[in-house]
Amino acid sequence: MGGPGSSPCASCKLLRRRCAKDCIFAPYFPPDDPHKFAIVHKVFGASNVSKMLQELPVHQRADAVNSLVFEANARVRDPVYGCVGAISYLQNQVSQLQMQLAVAQAEILCIQMQQEPNLQSHHQILELDQDDKILLLHNNIDNCNNNSNNNLGYAMSSRQFNSNFASPNSMQMQMQMQDPLKQESLWT
Amino acid sequence: MNPKRCAACKYLRRRCPKDCIFSPYFPPGDPDKFACIHRIYGAGNVSKMLQQLPVQTRAEAVESLSFEAKCRVEDPVYGCVGIISLLQTEIQKTQTLLARTQAEIAVAQAKHSQNPS
Repeated sequence: MGGPGSSPCASCKLLRRRCAKDCIFAPYFPPDDPHKFAIVHKVFGASNVSKMLQELPVHQRADAVNSLVFEANARVRDPVYGCVGAISYLQNQVSQLQMQLAVAQAEILCIQMQQEPNLQSHHQILELDQDDKILLLHNNIDNCNNNSNNNLGYAMSSRQFNSNFASPNSMQMQMQMQDPLKQESLWT
Repeated sequence: MNPKRCAACKYLRRRCPKDCIFSPYFPPGDPDKFACIHRIYGAGNVSKMLQQLPVQTRAEAVESLSFEAKCRVEDPVYGCVGIISLLQTEIQKTQTLLARTQAEIAVAQAKHSQNPS
């Protein structure tokens, strides 16, 4: 915390003002990391960040600051898409993996059906010709597609995001934030 | 002067000039879009951001800012970073399942090649 005798926090240093004892920024913007506040200030503005923090219970402010820093960094690196670029990229990855999984699951099903001795007596079911296998595969992929978004690249409106992920409100917000906030490799 | 003010100038209660930087992206019929962006970023910051971008990329920038602002309003702690976290978890889960299924395929194929029927 700031105050007489102690070093002003990074925010008050940047804003060139006295760092009050109850400075809202001081716990989250230590003086040894000036870049952290600078980037948040550049994207969101100090007064907006202050307002946002004031509206949050104290125990949630650290996470909020970390996510704001993450978003601000993303926006500076990619001024057009910001975090949305990363979301689009990850969404694409999820779609591709789900397709691969559908293919693999169809394949294992085929193998199991061919190898299962009990079913081999029922020729109508088991003699899967090429068309049946393709149908099985397509059914698997369709089931997979119902839950995934096939849009590639960023051509999405916020409504499309919401329809695929449910709105942020309905998501589990108790997740751990440390890992995603440290995964800078998304943009390297 | 633009006779019909854009949503931004309406919200800011000011004249909407002919070269208003906001007006192409904030039509008067959608006041919430600018209100949300203004709440999170502030008009001045958005204006600065747009001025620094080539004109052809500004529409996309506004859409992404709008999405992020909406996420932040709905989730004041994590914003859209919450979505990123969920996606990463989903990727890890799917990768694990895929690896397991591929291993099952390999085992089944090995079994089949050992005992061809």
